[in-house]
Amino acid sequence: MGMTIAEKIIAAAAGVESVKPGDIHTVEVDQLMSNDGTTHLTIDMYYQKLTRPRIADVKKLVWIVDHNVPSDSPKTAAAQKKMRDFAKEHGIPFYEGKGVCHQLMMENHVRPGELIFGADSHTCAYGALGAFGTGVGCTDYLYAMVTGKSWVLVPETLRFHLVGKLPEGVYARDLILTIIGQIGANGANYKAMEFGGEGLASLTMSDRISVCNLCVEAGAKTALMEVDEVALEYLKERGRTPKHLFASDEDAVYAKEYTIDLSAIKPVVAKPHFVDQVADAKTCTGVKIDEAFLGSCNNGRLEDLRVGAELLKGRKVHPLVRFLVVPASGEVYRQALEEGVLQIFMEAGAIVMNANCSVCWGSCQGVIGEGETLISTGTRNFKGRAGHADSFVYLASAATVTASAIKGEIATADML
Amino acid sequence: MGSVFRFHTDVDTDQIIPSQYLLFATIDEMKVHTFESLDREFASKVQPGDFVVAAENFGCGSSREQAPAVLKALGVKAVLAKSFARIFYRNAINIGLPVIVCKDLYDHVENGDSMELSLTEGVARANGQEFVCTKLPAYMQGILDQGGLIASLNREEEG
Repeated sequence: MGMTIAEKIIAAAAGVESVKPGDIHTVEVDQLMSNDGTTHLTIDMYYQKLTRPRIADVKKLVWIVDHNVPSDSPKTAAAQKKMRDFAKEHGIPFYEGKGVCHQLMMENHVRPGELIFGADSHTCAYGALGAFGTGVGCTDYLYAMVTGKSWVLVPETLRFHLVGKLPEGVYARDLILTIIGQIGANGANYKAMEFGGEGLASLTMSDRISVCNLCVEAGAKTALMEVDEVALEYLKERGRTPKHLFASDEDAVYAKEYTIDLSAIKPVVAKPHFVDQVADAKTCTGVKIDEAFLGSCNNGRLEDLRVGAELLKGRKVHPLVRFLVVPASGEVYRQALEEGVLQIFMEAGAIVMNANCSVCWGSCQGVIGEGETLISTGTRNFKGRAGHADSFVYLASAATVTASAIKGEIATADML
Repeated sequence: MGSVFRFHTDVDTDQIIPSQYLLFATIDEMKVHTFESLDREFASKVQPGDFVVAAENFGCGSSREQAPAVLKALGVKAVLAKSFARIFYRNAINIGLPVIVCKDLYDHVENGDSMELSLTEGVARANGQEFVCTKLPAYMQGILDQGGLIASLNREEEG
């Protein structure tokens, strides 16, 4: 019986010929990413709970302070100091203030064919480079950090055949929100989402990261894309090589297959308070907004900032809107600066901030107040996710977010 | 016997414990904020031995282990739902909090009802009815039985 990409990666990590959905295997984990959202608790468990505290292979670890950067309170500072001190003492590769963890992992670490645990649910983004990335909690993380291994239940795979090309003014964010709206918030629960087909070639690496990153919002354990020339070129530019190049076998078995016609996708929004409450953006135009956010591991790359800047040229941010622009990494920030993209945002009245998770995780700069509405390229729109428990978040593409920031109400780019 | 605290479909981990408390130093500092956006009084009302009962996809969203950890710290005996989001499910087992798929329970209990749970039989009892729960795969049941993943690792090392 043939295998899917997810099954092949697990088989290789388990050192066995083949695996099938439902099997449980012990696997070697290739990389282990953790950020300041939970690492302080992992460290406490390391010292307080382990009979024999140790690190199997420090080179597999990557620790990234990105959620509350710079720290916003003495409590945050204490948690981050604990992480910083531990990383230094044990020689753990460490980033701080350099950008959002998943963007830094894509820029610097992820290789096709790897099995990667991240103590963050959006670790599934790594599938854009053909790696099996999956989100874990700190106990799973600690176990793998200590032993180099973990257990994995082999997931069934959903296959998405992409055909056609996204129309002008429609983006990867619209594509993945449309898919999540179609299959629902638990439509891929316990499953892998695999993307391939001729339509994939038209998606840039930035698009692909956007698509894979959001798959956890349909419950997916991981997302995987076929590794093609576009992905290999991205890898080569960054001086890395694949671990394995896996493609699904022709006789691979899928739990379900979908054909997605990219040319039929339209600008959409996810309405409060669920990512699968997806609607045609035109049905929400006119909803007043207080804040707009362009950034995050999902849509804070140079390509996204360019889309926003292009729309803002010669225009101004609406006087009643705070428009936060947050590059996903230091590299993105520098490029946007050199290209003059940041200047356009600043001249238009946007607030340009340092690379970090920002309001996407609702606990630092930019959180919104009671009754306020945010339109965001962030990852989630759960109740209270961006600040006060009684506030409202709409998710949309960089274009729709920027158009809305200009109009002061939800608007699509063609309405400018 | 414990009381039922009943929650709807798609309760995400931001509702269980919001982001702004995650960097507090300890789970005990965080636990008073459990479910505060849905029920401000949950943390003061819940008693050790009580149950959280939910509909579909309980615990979706972020991978924060703080979510099952605050429930366990408040003494919640088990979470019973029609289905769970996978990261929450795995985290709960790893820390030794029983998470049980029970398809029929949600539609037959209300907030505040008394219920009993036999973990060994895999049966919940409430309002004079019995509800059979789905068994965990043996591997995961083994982790839970040993008190969680770290306890099982320590036991292995002590050989």
